[in-house]
Amino acid sequence: MSDDTKLVSMANQIGTFFMPQRQPDPAAAIANHLRKFWDPRMRAAIVAHLDKGGAGLDTAVREAVQRLKEADAHR
Amino acid sequence: MSLVHETDYGTPASKSTEQVTLTIDGQQVTVAAGTSIMRAAMDTGIQVPKLCATDSVDAFGSCRLCLVEIQGRAGTPASCTTPVMPGMVVSTQTERLKQIRKGVMELYISDHPLDCLTCAANGDCELQDMAGAVGLRDVRYGYKGENHLDEAKDESNPYFTFDASKCIVCSRCVRACEEVQGTFALTIQGRGFESKVSAGALDDDFLSSECVSCGACVQACPTATLSEKSLIEIGQPEHSVVTTCAYCGVGCSFKAEMRGEELVRMVPYKGGQANHGHSCVKGRFAWGYANHKERILKPMMRESIDQPWREVSWEDAIGRVASEFKRLQEKRGRLAIGGITSSRCTNEETYLVQKLIRGGFGNNNVDTCARVCHSPTGYGLNNTLGTSAGTQDFDSVEQADVILVIGANPTDAHPVFASRMKKRLREGARLIVIDPRRTDLVRTPHVEADFHLPLRPGTNAAMLNAIAHTIVTEGLAKESFVREFCDLDAFEHWAEFIVRPENSPETVGALSGVAPEDIRGAARLYATGGNAAIYYGLGVTEHSQGTTAVMGLANLAMLTGNMGRRGVGVNPLRGQNNVQGSCDMGSFPHELTGYRHISDDAMRATFEVLWGRKLDAEPGLRIPNMFDAAIDGNFLGLYVQGEDILQSDPNTAHVVAALKAMECVVVQDLFLNETANYAHVFLPGSTFLEKDGTFTNAERRINMVRKVMTPKNGGYADWEITMMISNAMGFPMNYTHPSQIMDEIAQMTPTFRGVSYDLIEKMGSVQWPCNEKAPEGTPIMHVGGFVRGKGNFLVTEYVPTEERTGPRFPLLLTTGRILSQYNVGAQTRRTGNVAWHAEDVLEIHPHDAEQRGVRDGDWVKLDSRSGGTSLRAKVTDRVAPGVVYTTFHHPDTQANVVTTDFSDWATNCPEYKVTAVQVAPSNGPSDWQRGYKEQADQSRRIVRVAAE
Repeated sequence: MSDDTKLVSMANQIGTFFMPQRQPDPAAAIANHLRKFWDPRMRAAIVAHLDKGGAGLDTAVREAVQRLKEADAHR
Repeated sequence: MSLVHETDYGTPASKSTEQVTLTIDGQQVTVAAGTSIMRAAMDTGIQVPKLCATDSVDAFGSCRLCLVEIQGRAGTPASCTTPVMPGMVVSTQTERLKQIRKGVMELYISDHPLDCLTCAANGDCELQDMAGAVGLRDVRYGYKGENHLDEAKDESNPYFTFDASKCIVCSRCVRACEEVQGTFALTIQGRGFESKVSAGALDDDFLSSECVSCGACVQACPTATLSEKSLIEIGQPEHSVVTTCAYCGVGCSFKAEMRGEELVRMVPYKGGQANHGHSCVKGRFAWGYANHKERILKPMMRESIDQPWREVSWEDAIGRVASEFKRLQEKRGRLAIGGITSSRCTNEETYLVQKLIRGGFGNNNVDTCARVCHSPTGYGLNNTLGTSAGTQDFDSVEQADVILVIGANPTDAHPVFASRMKKRLREGARLIVIDPRRTDLVRTPHVEADFHLPLRPGTNAAMLNAIAHTIVTEGLAKESFVREFCDLDAFEHWAEFIVRPENSPETVGALSGVAPEDIRGAARLYATGGNAAIYYGLGVTEHSQGTTAVMGLANLAMLTGNMGRRGVGVNPLRGQNNVQGSCDMGSFPHELTGYRHISDDAMRATFEVLWGRKLDAEPGLRIPNMFDAAIDGNFLGLYVQGEDILQSDPNTAHVVAALKAMECVVVQDLFLNETANYAHVFLPGSTFLEKDGTFTNAERRINMVRKVMTPKNGGYADWEITMMISNAMGFPMNYTHPSQIMDEIAQMTPTFRGVSYDLIEKMGSVQWPCNEKAPEGTPIMHVGGFVRGKGNFLVTEYVPTEERTGPRFPLLLTTGRILSQYNVGAQTRRTGNVAWHAEDVLEIHPHDAEQRGVRDGDWVKLDSRSGGTSLRAKVTDRVAPGVVYTTFHHPDTQANVVTTDFSDWATNCPEYKVTAVQVAPSNGPSDWQRGYKEQADQSRRIVRVAAE
């Protein structure tokens, strides 16, 4: 998944939906969506993008990808 | 085997619950009030002679053959138009009646060709039957008087003939066109002896008229006047089998009428619980593709896509698939291959493909075409209501008082259901249409939308918010329903959002191009007009906010209490015949059958035990992700059953690049479709006529598909081909009949627990959920509470698509389909349906056309950021200024060259409905089109060798 721009855009789209929802922790909801619907290679690619600085990721999405990284590291 | 005969009761059934008892020919009979004497007689087995009456249309009383005598009443009333009364005593056969009937028949026969032996209807002609029934032995008037025997035939329709010389002017065809189909194309022209059936204006024939070729007139005709050309050519069928249409998601039941293994005609089955005896041009007539000369009947393979195809044995082809897929997994890992299930194939076939991928390939890289159509429906409805499917059965529309149609064009895409919808509208239901185009439903005979909101493409979510805003701020919400059945915290959070000024009709009107007062009017009507039902299609889902809009629809229905009873609900109109079923069967990469997430350890373990394989707990790649992974070099092999992803998926250039990057593409289909141009192995599939199984339609109805002929590909149904691959891959499958596969599905899927072939045979069809709680299925969902517990209002913030118009691409393209063609056209382009739609055209508003110097019929270039194509322009105000529209049925056009990679946030469903484009005059097909055709022609070369 070399096209980071596309993945960043997709992740931000998800974040845009979850941000205004009724929940205390939007980052958790975003991370959960990524975990449930993104193939591990896509998740690894967005985590790698974060590791390179995470350019373009919205704040809550950046937090979600960070949590995804930690969760996937423990799997 | 014999013909499936259906009783014609002469007049429609009464819906009254009151009972009436009367006596007919000495027999006491009790029927519903409002029943005709004719029907009451038929209930007791007494057939009153008739010609102008048939139970699909209201009584007419013109033929004067069904007269009866009623004790205490003068005269001889028509039994079709006379309702039963308590205590009535009726005689259907008296000397007086016999004389009258014989006299009537003499008149009919005196002006009718006496060519019964060579007539196509010989043996199936009601006129012939009635002549026998009344004992007609001679015609006192002779046959040389003034008559209609030299009337010309109208053979313009590709599928049926109108032979006016045989017409008895009973008006059954005219009434069927009006009452059943709702098109009003036919009329009786002239008076008295000059009366004749006419298709529209004087100069019209059937083809040039407004006739939509649904076949209702042919079915209603009691003589050979309207006859199928296939019947004329082949002769009368000798047996028939009830099966299910393989076109759209309505799932019509048909009698396949056969002579040996030759299909004579498809006749809609009155007992069909989705269609109740009606049909459309596709299901009724467009089945000729099954025998088309371009159908591939032998397996083929080649080393690379620039080589010609080589016919091989099944053993060699399957061996190649297995060895290549194993090689690719050894080369690039377990996740390097995947497959796509078909929404045109049966539930059982779809289940087997996903089983092969999960169990045999060892990964979850399985997806289906619902990815590119209704995947947002699954996600949106599941998260609001608790189930990934529509809430109603089709019959429910009969109780709707307000019908809201958004992003759907049912008269073209779901025509049989559209006819039922139009019937309800003619009865007085009110109509709201939300669509950028003025679809036929907006104004059709005796139907006119109360509100048509022609919104700018891409603004559905905003529009639904504005409707909800109006309902909440004007106090029109059904609070009692919300309090009892919905999550109140979620509602309050949502309500705070929806009342914000950015959701007001005034704000949304400005961005959508719709007058705010119309938005408010539609909202008031939806909220206060009685039972309000929502029907929607891909104009809702195929957007970057497709899922959000589906949630917006669920919010609206919950807000107004339009859930959990007949006449209401949220109803997705599914595109392909088994798209609901393919989703139910675990075709999505993240979930197994019944929409259960693959990460559920306990549930997954049950499959592992049954299948004897460890399953991956991680979601696999969705179709667009497969393409991206292929281009990255990580996805090398694909098994595609019954889909043409090259033509149907967006951004064709991207799909081509992905397919070219793969090392083994296996296509299983009827024809060398566009995807096959990039394939290495071709496995010839079987048609719906050649297999047993089930399809699940848009109302969750599981219908039987029954084999009527031997598969022409050497004898293999598609499920058997999948089994061969699985066995070769080392994952044994040994089913001997699809019923065994359904038994496994039922065993493993809570919502299908009670489904079996025996139950479907017994009930005719069954709607899931069907289990211990609902042993006979569930026509209406969410009765007495939502499946998820409490209804969940979700915030549906409007986010404009990233696809923007600008100076280079100032117009918005939206795509759709047309009545006579189906999806990528692989089937319908190989039938007589091309008479109506031989090429895709670009609809453009006169204002935009004039600005560009484009005249009707001119070739135009259609360019976007993704690519360009050329096609002919159709100048019409059906589209708004700034919007253009085309279909995607023809590979010569390749409309998806133009569409983009943008997709729905939740599901990656492509944004087909919004593409910024420019239109300019052109001289003909583009260089890209010419190059594509050259490549396709090269790719389709076949070296014919003896295979076995």
